[in-house]
Amino acid sequence: MNIGAPVNLKACKPRACSPDLLGRVNLLDMDALSAFMPMHMVVAMDGRILRAGPTLRKLRPEGGLIGGMFFDLFEMRRPRGVTDIEALPAQDGGRVSIVFRDGVRTHFKALAAKLSCGRGILVNLSFGISVVDAVEAYDLSSRDFAATDLAVEMLYLFEAKSAAMSESKKLNQRLQGAKVAAEEQAFTDTLTGLKNRRALGHVLDRLEATGVPFGLMQVDLDYFKQVNDRFGHAAGDEVLQVVARVLVSETRECDTVARVGGDEFVLVFQRLVDTELLQTIARRIISRLEEPVPYEGNACRISCSIGIATSESHPGVGSETLLEEADKALYASKHAGRGRCMLARPEAGSVPDG
Amino acid sequence: MHGLINRSIQCFVRDTYGVERWLSIAKAVGIGPEGFEAMLVYEDALGNALLREVVLQLDKPEEMVLEDVGTYLVSHQNTEAIRRLLRFGGETFADFLHSLDDLPDRAKLAVADLELPELELTDEDETNFTLHVRGVHPGFAFVLVGVLRTMADDYGALVLLDQKCLGDGNMAITIGVLDSSFAEGRCFSLARRPQQEVT
Repeated sequence: MNIGAPVNLKACKPRACSPDLLGRVNLLDMDALSAFMPMHMVVAMDGRILRAGPTLRKLRPEGGLIGGMFFDLFEMRRPRGVTDIEALPAQDGGRVSIVFRDGVRTHFKALAAKLSCGRGILVNLSFGISVVDAVEAYDLSSRDFAATDLAVEMLYLFEAKSAAMSESKKLNQRLQGAKVAAEEQAFTDTLTGLKNRRALGHVLDRLEATGVPFGLMQVDLDYFKQVNDRFGHAAGDEVLQVVARVLVSETRECDTVARVGGDEFVLVFQRLVDTELLQTIARRIISRLEEPVPYEGNACRISCSIGIATSESHPGVGSETLLEEADKALYASKHAGRGRCMLARPEAGSVPDG
Repeated sequence: MHGLINRSIQCFVRDTYGVERWLSIAKAVGIGPEGFEAMLVYEDALGNALLREVVLQLDKPEEMVLEDVGTYLVSHQNTEAIRRLLRFGGETFADFLHSLDDLPDRAKLAVADLELPELELTDEDETNFTLHVRGVHPGFAFVLVGVLRTMADDYGALVLLDQKCLGDGNMAITIGVLDSSFAEGRCFSLARRPQQEVT
């Protein structure tokens, strides 16, 4: 069978085809039809495929398309249940969705129309959105698509978007990594705005390295757990923020206030080693923290216990040890009934502030 | 200047002259060792400083550096995606040349804020073309010369390229196609192989 020549249609031509201009153009130039619709088929009314465009033939390199039966080769997806080729152009404006029964299961969108001779159906196929898979499965090139077909533009866009998205994804991953790293390296406690344990370590290291004398307070809230249990974590958070404001207002600009645990704070007083003065400050902090904090109509009541140590009271020890000594004094305060402060004494343990 | 452009120069230095050279340039320009993000936009001054430093450290004329960047963009395995996108322009080198008119719009489809120069191809006959390059950075024309030279190889075409500065400050590249199927060329398939990305 001669595929390139309009032989098949000639067979149905003699009288049936109208001699109008369009009809003649159609019959005269089958090559043009293939250029405009490289995936067209002409199917005889008995369902036999008479002609197929060059790209469609490429999808079946083993042959079998021309001369084959349409419904044996293709499965109907829409409209379903149609077994008569003549019925295709009439339904849904001739819109058809089909898939090969064997081999690659890419879907085709198609349009079917009755030929003017009335003895065949023209079906023009397209890959639709499956074009990305189809070019890979069938190794198609731009020559396999009509010059007006946007398929190649779509493939281009698909690749360009994939490349751009992959760059964006990498950027997002790097930013996420940087965010986590920044949080780990941060010096600020996000809830209270106070310094955190990391920052405290840096401050103490610097004081130790430069030999500047300093006083240290370990502050632990009393009855804080009860506030959380009775009024909820939001109330607890509110209390912590009030505590932070009190601690900042009772210290100088050059001092450091750090939140080092849930309800634990450390205060560093630069060049302040006068234990009398430190105890006065501690008592003032305790009395201010005992003022009830209003939260949604409730009064949250807490207090705090404080342990004090200075670089002078423990000469030659490192800041780690000094923190431990202040912590011991803090626990002595707790044991002595809370809401009080104690001084750490190296030789005799902690002593009450009298 | 778009991060893609700065990053192209960065990757060109890294992949051609090694990481150490890049680190040295990054330090001189005052950017971190990780360099530029492809999807961000940077101050023009930073991009210009980068190019000046690359020219200084590689000790080559700016035009030559830019042409090498163009060659790198369409020949290195790390930038295979760009070569592929350009090959979508057509089946032959002449098809490809004609597709250059659409290149800035095509690029915008993928990266909306990427400003490329306006390109216009005129043909005197079937083998002699002139590509007019208008606007943005004048250095683009030299990058394009590198791109064209390498894409000609890619298509297996033998071409003669020359660039000239026009009176209005714009550039033009003259292209003479001596033989459109001089060599085999590299293969190209519309089908995408997995994991192709710009790095």
